[in-house]
Amino acid sequence: MTTATVDASAAGDREIVVYKKGFNWGGLGNGAAIVVIVFWCLAPFYWMAVLAFRDNANTFDNTPWFTHVTLDNFRYAFDTEFNAFGRSLLNSMVISVSVTVLSMLIAVFAGYALSRLVFRGKSIVLALILGASMFPGVAILTPIFQLFSDFGWLGTYHGLILPQVSFALPLAVYTLTSFFADMPWELEEAAKVDGCTPLQAFRKVIIPLAAPAMFTTAILVFLASWNEYLLSSVLSKGDTAVAPSTVAIVNFTAGPHIVPYTQTMAAGVIVTVPLVIVVLVFQRRIVSGLTAGGIKG
Amino acid sequence: MSIVSEPIAENAAKKRGSRRRRGGGSGGGGLHSRDGRMALYLLGPTMVMLALIVGYPIVNAIYKSFQTDPGLDDSTGLFNEGNEWNGVGNYTHWILQQCNAVGGGTETCPSGNLGSQFWDSVWVTLGFTVVTVIIEVVIGMWFAMMMHRAFRGRALVRVAVLIPWAVPTAVIAKLWVVIFDPQGVLNNVLGTSFAWTSESGPARAAIVIADVWKTTPFIALLILAGLQGISSEIYESAKVDGANAWQRFWRITLPLVKPALAVAVIFRSLDVLRMYDLPWVLTQGSNGTQTISILVVKELASKLNSAAALSTITFVLIFAIALVLVRLFNANIVDRGTR
Amino acid sequence: MRGKGAAALAGLLGTVLALSACGGGSSDGDSGGGTNTGRGPFTFVTGKDLSGIMPYIAEEWNKAHPEEKVTIKQQSDAADQQLSDLQQHFQAKDADYDVVTVDVVWTAEFAAKGWIVPLKGDLALDQADLLPATVTAATYNGTQYAAPYDSDGGLLYYRTDLVKEAPTTWDELIADCEGKSTSGTITGSKPGCYAGQLASYEGLTVNASEAINAAGGTIVSDDGKSATVDTAEAAKGLDFLVNGFKEGYIPKEALGFKETESLNAFAAGDLVFLRNWPYAYSQLNGDSKVKGKFGVAPLPGPTGSGASSLGGHSAAISAYSKNQASALDFLKFLQSEEIQKNQLIKGSKAPVIASLYDDADLNKEFGYLSTLKESIETAVPRPVTPFYPAVTQAIQTNAYAALQGKSTTADALKDMAASINSAAAGG
Repeated sequence: MTTATVDASAAGDREIVVYKKGFNWGGLGNGAAIVVIVFWCLAPFYWMAVLAFRDNANTFDNTPWFTHVTLDNFRYAFDTEFNAFGRSLLNSMVISVSVTVLSMLIAVFAGYALSRLVFRGKSIVLALILGASMFPGVAILTPIFQLFSDFGWLGTYHGLILPQVSFALPLAVYTLTSFFADMPWELEEAAKVDGCTPLQAFRKVIIPLAAPAMFTTAILVFLASWNEYLLSSVLSKGDTAVAPSTVAIVNFTAGPHIVPYTQTMAAGVIVTVPLVIVVLVFQRRIVSGLTAGGIKG
Repeated sequence: MSIVSEPIAENAAKKRGSRRRRGGGSGGGGLHSRDGRMALYLLGPTMVMLALIVGYPIVNAIYKSFQTDPGLDDSTGLFNEGNEWNGVGNYTHWILQQCNAVGGGTETCPSGNLGSQFWDSVWVTLGFTVVTVIIEVVIGMWFAMMMHRAFRGRALVRVAVLIPWAVPTAVIAKLWVVIFDPQGVLNNVLGTSFAWTSESGPARAAIVIADVWKTTPFIALLILAGLQGISSEIYESAKVDGANAWQRFWRITLPLVKPALAVAVIFRSLDVLRMYDLPWVLTQGSNGTQTISILVVKELASKLNSAAALSTITFVLIFAIALVLVRLFNANIVDRGTR
Repeated sequence: MRGKGAAALAGLLGTVLALSACGGGSSDGDSGGGTNTGRGPFTFVTGKDLSGIMPYIAEEWNKAHPEEKVTIKQQSDAADQQLSDLQQHFQAKDADYDVVTVDVVWTAEFAAKGWIVPLKGDLALDQADLLPATVTAATYNGTQYAAPYDSDGGLLYYRTDLVKEAPTTWDELIADCEGKSTSGTITGSKPGCYAGQLASYEGLTVNASEAINAAGGTIVSDDGKSATVDTAEAAKGLDFLVNGFKEGYIPKEALGFKETESLNAFAAGDLVFLRNWPYAYSQLNGDSKVKGKFGVAPLPGPTGSGASSLGGHSAAISAYSKNQASALDFLKFLQSEEIQKNQLIKGSKAPVIASLYDDADLNKEFGYLSTLKESIETAVPRPVTPFYPAVTQAIQTNAYAALQGKSTTADALKDMAASINSAAAGG
């Protein structure tokens, strides 16, 4: 397990260097930049939170802090008589986790083959994979709907998961190929010299080395799936037993011709907060994920 | 995270060594035949998934795009099945803007027919792509460099950056509707009275702002991943050689993050070229914000096969743009890996 | 390098062509319309409803028909999503969508595509008690295809504290605003004058059609196949809206108004006059600044009362349903006086039975009812044509260009006519 040591040490070095650089630059400019970035990212989200706690009738009261505070929007979201939002959150979890795990499993193999193996037709394979993400998604909905209707897959979990895996694959394969391609060969070769089969070398050398990169890719896939709306709205048939939260949110209603702004914002907050917690918990993982370069050139 | 120190120089030497050896062309060897079969197994699942769920519908759509849509049978008042060979009729409808004329033949599509809106939609879509991707790359690059450098407040920045991304587009589009309302908070803050979504300039700006806010983090994170792969001693030695910050950025940072940047730019471009939900929720495609995907959806309401032709045209257009981008970035990740 | 990209492209196209050659022969000739007059449980597909009327309907029906229970499937509340959901299910010949709710403007297309069955012969309904306009809108090519079960018509809401008497003509409306409203925008100290639903969407088709019909113009011929909109009357009608923006009696914000935005503006006291549907009545009497300070009147026209567009919904039987006999009974049930009355009381939905509008008790509770009856009785259905999606596009796009001043009224109407004709010729 020499590899792990190399990874950790590389990351460690960087921490120290970065620390020094931060001091050299003088904290002031950096601090200002951080304030700008955080403001840019959080200002609309802050407004969303304000609205989530505001009475719908006062949506356009532009007071910039929490006024007309009510918890009705949250109650409304979870009230099963109106919007079975709790169930849809669970559905979102099931779907997004499945999509992430399946896509990663498939994409890791593909990425390895594309970055490490020598074979004919590689460019064609890459072009085909990339080509899969070039057709307007809205246009292939109807054929998929009819196909799944024949299969009896509409309104099922697998009917929602499999298409998303397919749509996640191009980005996942490309990102992983790019990461794998940047990893040094000699470690893998050394493992082979030590008597490892290619598969063992892959499992024992490449996977641990690539784990951080895979973590980054998995986040990309998970967030894409968590955000997915178009496919799910059609393929779930709106069935609340399987429909994810995005579908539930768009179908929120407060009555004919009334736009449920604040209720939607409450749902948005509910959907976002678990992810923020996940990010906070895995913060260190993500940091190391992004220091995948610890070992790459 | 454990910090096991190893001398920087030694570490760096390793990396440079590996680089040189790869460049020198080791790795291929006699593996050719075995690699081929292994590649088949490893790529099999990906290709099967794509063939079933993406390949089949695309092929189906391309096939249908050469057929007629149902037409009204005057004697019964009912639509016939359509689906007869139509050659490139559906394609000329879009590209040459030819519509069926009353009493047979074709004429230039009148304003108000979707066919007449094809080229406008193409330019609008391309415009959105160029503008949003450029802004996103510039801001994303700056974000990434700040995140790379920041020490205090790093956790805060990382969480903050992920938030725009974590809010589903379905929700965020509605939030922007509220923010961009003439009575909304943005006009309030800026002291302006723009009818944001009902004039073409502000409407386009609104969509660009919303898209940039949502997806800059994606680019920033990919660039950050690239940045962290650059060893700091390269900068140190460049500094010693007297390169200023600007030169270090152009000569070192940019070339080394290029692979990550390429993946980010290519995939973002593909996304924006197919953008649908954001402009749909904000403007329904009115006021010069109708993307090709919105046009496809409008056409789908009555004519499936004609919409399939439009989708195929879009596909070819995007494919061409992707080829250009790949060339531009020289982003041949295949060669980087195996040569 | 160069060879690789080209090879990739060629490979991709080659694969595509090879596969597409085997893709044929998938369509089948089962166009429905047969006599699947079975009985049994069935599904009623309808837009999302929070008034609680749908559970009530299901409960009442299921009590009386334990062997033919109805399942209510609620769609999204957005009309365009309801439409594409229905289209997808009909294209897939889904037998699970037995009875569907059809917006008045979708009837002709669904009928012409053979998706819904004609209500004649064994499936005939007696519609003598209904408002005639609602039945006309459910009729295509001389045959009734759907059973109207709720209706809707445009009303003029006006500020009783600013205007003594509701205007009956456009000129009176404009004159009523003088000195009481700001010109061109609503972000002043005074309210704007008039607004309807003038963003580029279905609501603009409604508002533009109303103006054109009020001035004596028409949009399509009776058979729905050719345009009749390029006339002086139509120009006069559209000019009411176009001049509104030019002369300032319609604020520029209205170019982005849909139902909600226009209602919000009136509720905030930012408009003297508002064109909207009856649902706005109870909203304005709730949490709004104009509570108790507004009245309703029929829409004005150039010389007298205007012409409302007809809104509302019908129920239709899917051609792919297996239990059409049960479905027909359900249609009759929806049109029964008891359900109609409850729809109004519980769901604020306008009934289709003419006599209910004269019911004294109901009139006491719903102050707008007699005005609404007038509106619906004189209502003109939006163009009845199987090409409705293309026709409404033609109207919206060109009317919007005229409102924005990007096109003259005359040019807009000429283009509107040309694109309607081209839609009828197959686009």
